[in-house]
Amino acid sequence: MTTIDTKNKPGSPGSAAAAPLLEVDNLHVEFRTRDGVAKAINGVSYDVSAGETLAVLGESGSGKSVTAQTIMGILDMPPGHITGGEIRFHGKDMLKMSKEERRKIRGQKISMIFQDALSALNPVYSVGFQLAEMFTVHRGMSRKDAKLKSIELMDQVRIPAAKDRVNDYPHQFSGGMRQRIMIAMALALDPELIIADEPTTALDVTVQAQVMDLLAELQRERNMGLILITHDLGVVADVADKIAVMYAGRIVEQAPVRELYRQPTHPYTKGLLESIPRLDHKGRELYAIKGLPPNLMRIPSGCAFNPRCPYAQDVCRSDVPPLHEISPGRGSACHFWETVMEGEVRD
Amino acid sequence: MTESPTGATAADVRKVVKPVAQGEPILQVRGLVKHFPITQGILFQKKIGAVKAVDGVTFDLMKGETLGLVGESGCGKSTVARLLMNLESITAGSVLYKGDDLAKLSGRALKAVRRNIQMVFQDPYTSLNPRMTVADIIGEPYDIHPEVAPKGDRKRRVQELLELVGLNPEHINRYPHQFSGGQRQRIGIARGLALNPEIIIADEPVSALDVSVQAQVVNLLEKLQNELGLSYLFIAHDLSVVRHISDRVAVMYLGRIAEIGTDAQIYDHPTHPYTQALLSAVPVPNPDGREHRERIILTGDVPSPANPPSGCRFRTRCWKAQDICAEQEPLLEIRKGLSGLGAHDSACHFAEEKDIVGAA
Repeated sequence: MTTIDTKNKPGSPGSAAAAPLLEVDNLHVEFRTRDGVAKAINGVSYDVSAGETLAVLGESGSGKSVTAQTIMGILDMPPGHITGGEIRFHGKDMLKMSKEERRKIRGQKISMIFQDALSALNPVYSVGFQLAEMFTVHRGMSRKDAKLKSIELMDQVRIPAAKDRVNDYPHQFSGGMRQRIMIAMALALDPELIIADEPTTALDVTVQAQVMDLLAELQRERNMGLILITHDLGVVADVADKIAVMYAGRIVEQAPVRELYRQPTHPYTKGLLESIPRLDHKGRELYAIKGLPPNLMRIPSGCAFNPRCPYAQDVCRSDVPPLHEISPGRGSACHFWETVMEGEVRD
Repeated sequence: MTESPTGATAADVRKVVKPVAQGEPILQVRGLVKHFPITQGILFQKKIGAVKAVDGVTFDLMKGETLGLVGESGCGKSTVARLLMNLESITAGSVLYKGDDLAKLSGRALKAVRRNIQMVFQDPYTSLNPRMTVADIIGEPYDIHPEVAPKGDRKRRVQELLELVGLNPEHINRYPHQFSGGQRQRIGIARGLALNPEIIIADEPVSALDVSVQAQVVNLLEKLQNELGLSYLFIAHDLSVVRHISDRVAVMYLGRIAEIGTDAQIYDHPTHPYTQALLSAVPVPNPDGREHRERIILTGDVPSPANPPSGCRFRTRCWKAQDICAEQEPLLEIRKGLSGLGAHDSACHFAEEKDIVGAA
């Protein structure tokens, strides 16, 4: 690893409040494997502003993590190939940047929190060393100063007795504490945007509540943008400002959080919301979306959701629905969004 | 109770297969304890302690009901499942199946009991042998219990089971990797049903599945219960799924049951602080009013089961804890002063109702 100079690019901090921090524009990514081409992302667009939380909701294989990896520039290439689109950070397309430029952004401006802290941390280095590495590598600090900074960070993410624990190894921490260390690492260089990929999925609910609280508070304090990738409709409802629902590599619905829960406009979102066990449904059959998520090598023609959709008509099998704008900041990729929207959430 | 500790007789076997009426206890767990020894040394191992994974658990499972068992990782819920399956030896306490102590059974009587208690595992990716076909996986129980399905009849039985769990009976010669997660869990369920058991112990059967597929499997489990009159012990950490499927719910913390009652008692009238914290921590899939939701955030982590706190095990994280909590172990009983749905077994000295808004 080499030391990168620490001079910030002029004018990089968010100047105008209106301009989004990050814009993903019509991104396409595919994986070319021996068995064929898997189209993981087929035209995804979203944006996040400073201080805003965007939740990307989807099942496994929907492309939500691949999008995040592409933004971070940690996508395995090959087999991954970016076949189209732009990712603009402060208006500048990151996909056209040189490796060096990307590297200055990664970790310093945009950082990432991974799902499984135990496998994301290096088991043979102490957590203090791994935190300090951020400062020695990116900021050129001395080991000693870096260590003091790490203790400070561990304090900030509320790890008790940080001073005594700085030399402990990852396995000596509990799951919740490890995830805090991941958060500390992501925060180390004061990034403007954090991408959290299922940050609490591996945690128990009481610990999940602690970690999500911490994350939300730190975000507020520092006015960071946050992309929260998850499959948990509960977590999303708790923290998100706006939501992008992904299915088979596309955004099928995009909306401010309250509107989406109150009145979904895509059959997939609606099905997900209806399949949550609810008190008044006790003893009755749960609503279940029929069928299975598609294989990305054989995405159905037309709307990818059509084989599972109760609203599907012939047009759904032939034409890919564009993301219809319903109101500003709100869109649905369904030919029949008006019908879906009218219907109440099923009882 | 049977008198012969070993050498089971035909009479024992008959006793084991006797019917139990709907709503009568089919499985009674009494003071169940499992300690795993912690040893030191390589040649001369000496025991230096024990992980008290399960430390005095008592409950009944009724015929035809679903008992939900919830708790965080490490609370001992999966160990309870393994003890009930007789996969681990019991340190103390007993499991009575229709009145017979499982630990005292052996030979044919034990085999007959085992036929009647089956398990569905959490991870459909690792619990199916990748080198066996579906027919072999579902049909394997018949090798051990040939009396259930004679050899010539097996293929037909397996196909019936596949149909029962909603899979195509023609896929009998496929391998697990040819199925999706939800379909594999159906195969796991079909295997559990192969011997016509009375009790299914399901250890996190839906937590490895995608949200849109979870509902399908939950519906399947409920359908099978109605059709076959099964009793379920449903272990999960997803509180809303547990509420949906369970008739009664037991909440475990650090090897003990903190609170047990009907689903309405536990979810709407919880009296144990741990249950209250757990319910309040569940994210509610409704953004309305999220700013006003009261959430009990517990401090710290679950203590190590090798060295649990004295008295009440939850006291180190409890906001109600007082001196008595460190001195006296609270019994699982109905406290004075609680009425209505609040009056159910709760292991807290200061059990009282608290409104948890919107939880699960």
